[in-house]
Amino acid sequence: MSEMSLEQVTENYYDVLKELGNIGAGNAMTALSQMLQCKVDMKVPQVRLLEFSEVGDMMGGEEQIMVGVFLGVDGDITGSMMFMVEEESARHLIQKITMGMLPPGSEFEEMGLSAMKEIGNIITGAYLNSLSTLTNLKIVPTPPALTVDMAGAILSVPAIQFGIFGDNILLIQSQFYDEIELDGYFILIPDLESYAKILGALGIPLI
Amino acid sequence: MSEIIKVGMADLKTCVSPNGITTLGLGSCVGIAIRDPANKIGGLAHVMLPDSKSIKGSQMNIAKFADTGIAELVKQMEKLGAQRSRMVAKIAGGANMFNFHGTSSFGQVGDRNVEATKLKLNQLKIPILAEDTGKNFGRTVIFYPETGDYIIRAVGKPEYKI
Repeated sequence: MSEMSLEQVTENYYDVLKELGNIGAGNAMTALSQMLQCKVDMKVPQVRLLEFSEVGDMMGGEEQIMVGVFLGVDGDITGSMMFMVEEESARHLIQKITMGMLPPGSEFEEMGLSAMKEIGNIITGAYLNSLSTLTNLKIVPTPPALTVDMAGAILSVPAIQFGIFGDNILLIQSQFYDEIELDGYFILIPDLESYAKILGALGIPLI
Repeated sequence: MSEIIKVGMADLKTCVSPNGITTLGLGSCVGIAIRDPANKIGGLAHVMLPDSKSIKGSQMNIAKFADTGIAELVKQMEKLGAQRSRMVAKIAGGANMFNFHGTSSFGQVGDRNVEATKLKLNQLKIPILAEDTGKNFGRTVIFYPETGDYIIRAVGKPEYKI
């Protein structure tokens, strides 16, 4: 099973992974809504298989400043996961969760960053929970790490993991809005063996 | 009029003075700028992974790896008239974007990319004149074959050159 390559992950499998992404993102938004104690609407997430050269463009350019929360995934499946939002969106979320203690336009203070880490933790936790429930696999996230930097630089981390077995990256863009529109991106990066496990757990036979 | 040529992730291009060449948002990837000072032919490779040999499978984007990407860039520059014996290099990137506790392999990919880059340049006997590698931040780089200046921009820092 470990001999599987991403080339074998055909169109069919991508559909399954996309659906998992949809459900995961939906769950994550519900968690966000509960945390912010307000209604958070979400558009149908877009799941895209992008070439590396296209990745930066879709987030408003490689130099767009973003907040990235990155965590490892352990248990029955292994790999990592990332959640990214634009700097402005992150600021808005922090503002809401700290009840306005971070003035608009100010630098991300330690408190803001730790609030953002918590937001990332809850969102990714909800995402992984739904994946775990669907597949009946044990999925344990490691504590998250956070950075504020250029989109291209943050994305190099998951891109490198994808790069080991292909030239594409599977990205789930989920647009959500409360008062303002926010763009969040989920990137789930299972190790190669874990693809087979996920698909197997869902009863999808491998070639 | 001179222009700035853009190199994407896992990509490489050549560049002749007075043009400049750039790649945006290097994270754990490494940007390798090579120049022949005699005729001001240059090039930039944006590599993601250290070693093509560790990768299974038939797919092969040679610009993705430090070993094959550097070899290919040198080859393309030679086609334009650059001579390997005169070539010099500057390198940037290879950051550890996330500060992980413990021994995650993610943390070391930047370092491994830098190591593989130095190894390959050493094999090709191309001296490294300057480097700005490692640490924990992303870099945008612009290289000018005219002067050999390698300009680096990072979030919240003044622009600098190596």
